[in-house]
Amino acid sequence: MHKNTFKGLFLATTLLGASAATAQQAELTIESWRNDDLAIWQDKIIPAFEAQHPDISVRFTPSAPAEYNAVLNSKLDAGSAGDIITCRPFDASLALFEAGRLADLSDLEGMSNFSDVAKSGWSTDDGSATYCVPMASVIHGFIYNKDAFEEVGVAVPQTEEEFFAVLEAFKEDGNYIPMAMGTNDQWEAATMGYNNIGPNYWKGEEGRMALIAGEQKLTDEGWVAPFRQLAKWGAYLGDGFEAQTYPDSQNIFTLGRAAIYPAGSWEISGFNALADFEMGAFHPPVQNAGDTCYISDHTDIGIGMNAATENPEAAMTFLNWVASSEFSNIFANSLPGFFPLSKADVALEDPLAQEFISWRGKCESSIRSTYQILSRGTPNLENETWNASVAVIKGDESPEDAAQRLQDGLALWYTPQQ
Amino acid sequence: MPAPSKPKTRWHIAVFLAPAVLVYTAVMIYPLFNTLRLALYAEVDQQRIWVGLQNFQTLFGDAIWSEQFWNALGNNAWFFLIHMLVQNPIGIALAALLSSPRLRFSAFYRSAIFIPTILSFVIVGFAWKLILSPIWGIAPGMLDAIGLKFLYQPWLGKEEYALTTLSLVSVWQYVGIPMMLIYAALLSIPDEILEAGECDGITGMSAFWKIKLPLILPSIGIISVLTFVANFNAFDLIYAAQGALAGPDFSTDILGTFMYRTFFGFQLQLGDPHMGSAIASAMFGIILIGVCTYLFGIQRRLRNYQF
Repeated sequence: MHKNTFKGLFLATTLLGASAATAQQAELTIESWRNDDLAIWQDKIIPAFEAQHPDISVRFTPSAPAEYNAVLNSKLDAGSAGDIITCRPFDASLALFEAGRLADLSDLEGMSNFSDVAKSGWSTDDGSATYCVPMASVIHGFIYNKDAFEEVGVAVPQTEEEFFAVLEAFKEDGNYIPMAMGTNDQWEAATMGYNNIGPNYWKGEEGRMALIAGEQKLTDEGWVAPFRQLAKWGAYLGDGFEAQTYPDSQNIFTLGRAAIYPAGSWEISGFNALADFEMGAFHPPVQNAGDTCYISDHTDIGIGMNAATENPEAAMTFLNWVASSEFSNIFANSLPGFFPLSKADVALEDPLAQEFISWRGKCESSIRSTYQILSRGTPNLENETWNASVAVIKGDESPEDAAQRLQDGLALWYTPQQ
Repeated sequence: MPAPSKPKTRWHIAVFLAPAVLVYTAVMIYPLFNTLRLALYAEVDQQRIWVGLQNFQTLFGDAIWSEQFWNALGNNAWFFLIHMLVQNPIGIALAALLSSPRLRFSAFYRSAIFIPTILSFVIVGFAWKLILSPIWGIAPGMLDAIGLKFLYQPWLGKEEYALTTLSLVSVWQYVGIPMMLIYAALLSIPDEILEAGECDGITGMSAFWKIKLPLILPSIGIISVLTFVANFNAFDLIYAAQGALAGPDFSTDILGTFMYRTFFGFQLQLGDPHMGSAIASAMFGIILIGVCTYLFGIQRRLRNYQF
């Protein structure tokens, strides 16, 4: 019996080579901010893993999303963090890696299943080391109420002009709030607003890389134009949107009181459970018919190893499994809207999720503009963008002033922009 | 042979004090001094280096930091002012009413008004957020019912109202504390004094203004200091209702939320324990100055007045 266990573990952790493994039951704890996913981890993902690796038991222990970074950093400092760490993309995780908190996973066998773009969220700036296994990306766009569209007799908008015509039609009709979004929690305005519609104007990766290189400025037309569009949104967001929270917006839409919801694909599973009307999705409308469309296909979740873990072998085994197509399939289908980043083919059963992922075929993908490198200093460009997007939607600040303020803030600490 | 005159060492005092002293040192005194110490360092390339007062220079001198700091301090001051102008007078008025012997059901009113103070700030924050919500809240409907719908605003979402609204929510929650303290003070006024006043023809309202109020001034002073300390340490209600970014547009940002964001980090912004400690030290300094001003400036005069 003892011998068999040893053999199983040995086979599973091919990385180990000839090093001696302890054939005890290893327990792994996962730190995550996805407390919404607790049931899926407990009912589907962990049992599937434990069925193959009976010698390893896994516990999923999430904390609240907004506090995750703070909680995780404190736990890591105190040495009480779990073995497996769910990684936010870019700087937050990079800082942990540079501080020696996250183990280098460049040599992990499963890493070969991911493209460089997929790994970019969790690699050093020069790409030489990768420290988290890419798990999923989220795609931005708009989810709409198909029944409402039929009732009012409007078609899915392809261009910006059509988009505002649709909103205007709903406003005139008066039975639906044209668009469900509030500015109370601030991040929606930037994440579902600015970074959702923006890539069409700054041409996705082209503009994003140029901004990082210092060749474009936030005051250039491509970066101000999305603010101009946001400034027009305010009129269609419904009464009192200033105090409307993120859950309020979700409820307004799923109760059928609003026609369009500026979305991230992570909403899909929640909306499927709540809405009793048919939903569709469209990508951010382009300026002129026939223009190339760009979407925000943002690398959102990775998973890595606490460098101080007491069970490195078991952790490596687990991470290798996360990199497998088996995990991708379970994950993508239990959580429609979190799209796997691995090269393996994954069949999606959810039609709405399928619609979102189909845009990868016809549009150019990019990630959120403020995430890589540009939010390293003070003031933090991402948090400033939240604030500026809200101010523009509420009409407190003109698009040009907001762009100028962001540019000034960025130039304070980012050398290529000075 | 020991000298017979040597006093016996009273070990029991040390033994009984030890648990409190140890716990208090571990959770209050040590962290306080460690925070003050952390504020004098900065982290550069994963190394903690001594920078002296440079963090404070950044906090007060650097445009980005000082703008946030003064905004937060100003909001704190406004928060405190509303409590002083609304909470404490209402608390005194309620206590005066409750101590009136002719009021029926006073025990019921006393409990009803005191209950919110024992509620968790999370419950209070979320409950009021729901009540005032433009979408689900009962506030628009209630105003509509009395024909005042035009007065309704998304109060928590507008820069000009949000802080005042939250201050009033906090007043609603904590008005029971000054009420109870003043109530106790009013009850402790000897009847002889009031009766003597009555003989001189001082009754009703003038008895309150001329006899009771001067006698409860020390209690009012204590309440003011408690309010000051609580308000400049405030964090919970703002965080529960508006989140760490203290929206809209930082209009409800107070030193507590500013410190939280800086110390622990928020969203993509990484935490900076050293700047966070500098803010915490500044908060400590402000409260220390406030309390000292009260102790040496006001309480001494109150005592002179009393005796």
